[in-house]
Amino acid sequence: MSGYPGYDPKSGFEKWLDARLPIIRLGYDTFIFPTPRNLNYWWTFGGILAVILMSQIITGIILAMHYVPHVDLAFDSVQHIKRDVNFGWMLQPMHAVGASMMFLAVYIHMFRGIYYGSYKSPREVLWIVGVVIYLLMMATGFMGYVLPWGQMSFWGATVITNLFSAFPLIGESITQWLWGGFAVDDPTLNRFFSLHFVLPFAILGLVILHVWALHVPGNNNPTGVSVKNVDKDTLPFHPYYTVKDGFAIVVFLMVFVAFVFFMPDALNHPDNYIRANPLVTPPHIVPEWYYLPFYAMLRAVPNKLGGVITMFGAIAVLFVLPWLDTSKVRSMRYRPLAKLFFIIFVLACVGLGWAGAKSPTDLVFVTGTDAATGAPTGLSFLWFARILTLYYYAFFVVILPVLGLVEKPKDRPESIEKSVLKSAPKEA
Amino acid sequence: MRLSKLTATIFATVALGTTAGSAIASEGPELKHVEFSFEGPFGTYDKAAAQRGFQVYQESCSNCHSMKLVAIRSLGEPGGPFYDEEHPNANDNPVIKAIAAMFTVTDGPDSEGDMFERPAKPFDHFPSPFPNEQAARASNGGALPPDFSVLVSAREHGPQYIYSILTSYEDEAPDGVELRDGMNYNPAFKGGQIGMPPPLFEDLVEYSDGTKASVEQMAHDVVTFMAWASDPKMEERKRMGWMVMIYLFIFALLMYGSYKAVWRDVEH
Repeated sequence: MSGYPGYDPKSGFEKWLDARLPIIRLGYDTFIFPTPRNLNYWWTFGGILAVILMSQIITGIILAMHYVPHVDLAFDSVQHIKRDVNFGWMLQPMHAVGASMMFLAVYIHMFRGIYYGSYKSPREVLWIVGVVIYLLMMATGFMGYVLPWGQMSFWGATVITNLFSAFPLIGESITQWLWGGFAVDDPTLNRFFSLHFVLPFAILGLVILHVWALHVPGNNNPTGVSVKNVDKDTLPFHPYYTVKDGFAIVVFLMVFVAFVFFMPDALNHPDNYIRANPLVTPPHIVPEWYYLPFYAMLRAVPNKLGGVITMFGAIAVLFVLPWLDTSKVRSMRYRPLAKLFFIIFVLACVGLGWAGAKSPTDLVFVTGTDAATGAPTGLSFLWFARILTLYYYAFFVVILPVLGLVEKPKDRPESIEKSVLKSAPKEA
Repeated sequence: MRLSKLTATIFATVALGTTAGSAIASEGPELKHVEFSFEGPFGTYDKAAAQRGFQVYQESCSNCHSMKLVAIRSLGEPGGPFYDEEHPNANDNPVIKAIAAMFTVTDGPDSEGDMFERPAKPFDHFPSPFPNEQAARASNGGALPPDFSVLVSAREHGPQYIYSILTSYEDEAPDGVELRDGMNYNPAFKGGQIGMPPPLFEDLVEYSDGTKASVEQMAHDVVTFMAWASDPKMEERKRMGWMVMIYLFIFALLMYGSYKAVWRDVEH
């Protein structure tokens, strides 16, 4: 008995269409797809991300109908949307909070991929397409944050575009090319709007590739053991995982709407309610929370070019992760040492985010007072960020390569089915 | 579940990460802790307070502070201080019409090509006291009175911050503080020196509802009004928020039940 008989066109029309454009078959094969029976809730974030991406695109298209990309009008047009456009007061925070939610979900999705070794053979391309999506999300999110043309928009754009000036010889030309002038100004805002509008569709295309690349090897699973017997180890995605993902999506939406309706500005900086002013620099320029870990890395290096390379390198290293990890065991469930280092890695990322939000001279904790000045001394956020940056890199280029060679993994289950039948208590 | 400990760790750290991101410390002077009707998920604007606050704005603040992004009609829209159920369209609300008529706006050009002045209508925005930034600075010793439209949102702990500014003026700067020319001492303001002279004093306005116009009372009222101006759709937003939450909660229960039903014979 095979649970996957394939698409069988019943009506005359379906047969006719199937011979010409097998689009129903495509949908059928996408959703009646053998999926490991043991996926836990960490696997629901892919579906969650798909829903948020659609929400971002729909709210974004409507916002673009009312937004004006001009330095004199952009700030007012956002207020016009929130005050005068029907349901604009809901669409604008849905879009702004949606960006945060998308990054929250993507970070969980990526940590899950690392923990369960979802990037390992034969899923390297699936992982790399995912990293490209993440890169485009960063670019899109950054340009979207510039559009309301508040103080943080303007100064964030100034700081980030100036990063490129760190490159010797060509740096200044690149920066001016990005600006379309000699400073962040109207041409910059216009091109950011144009790119912010179009990049999500590039992301959507890559998501389709991501799903395609997923359907070739199939899902990884919490044991990391490959599917051996399709009938015993897997279930059709629909209805089993549409219903499980559906439940998780609704729960996630509750978090989402709690922000949208009750604290729409909680993830925002108040300074972005001040119209952009090139003559007044805010005391602290901070990016959105989802860039803070990279911001901390940037500031951790005393040399500007070094900081820029460190920051971009932190993402670049993800591209080669499938070849850095030498362990044949996918899931860290069976790798006690790797699991420990992974938990420290997650904490390091959060710690970097914390450091990014603080001034580098602030202290993480106080150990004493300076004898001469009486000022408190202790671990500064600068050094905190340096230690964590070092760990971030060490995790990828030292720990994972070495651990694969020296670590003795625990016994793995023979098959997905066996792993499920043994863990007797039902999942909550 | 094998991952439960890890799960808890990650959720805790993610939660910590987001608060760390949003709670970028306000390194300013201590703020006064005052409560406002509009705080919390059930909070609404105290209409009477917002109306009194409008009076304070109108009679005092608006001499220097603009509120360019707010249309006069929005005072009478749902959630606004002068909303009247009998006149769901604010443009028909006689109170709003009367308020609008108090202002004069420049319109035009007419058929002769000349600009002319006319009484404001509800659809007009609040006129600004100064024609441009330079004029505003020239009249205020070089300082620019900030626009009120989104001022509460534009400050960390906006309501408390503005209340503290309004109520913390001191006549004399303490010893060792050298006040610059034209500055006033206000410990709630960063640096302690503020260009704005004390805007409120006892009985500055006469409230028609008999409320005693103390400095604290007026500050509280005008902050309520300004909070409304910054976020006029708040009441509608929270109301909708509860409906959405209840809807999603029921939806989640149904989804969970469906999940259990679909998976009932499958060990996983």
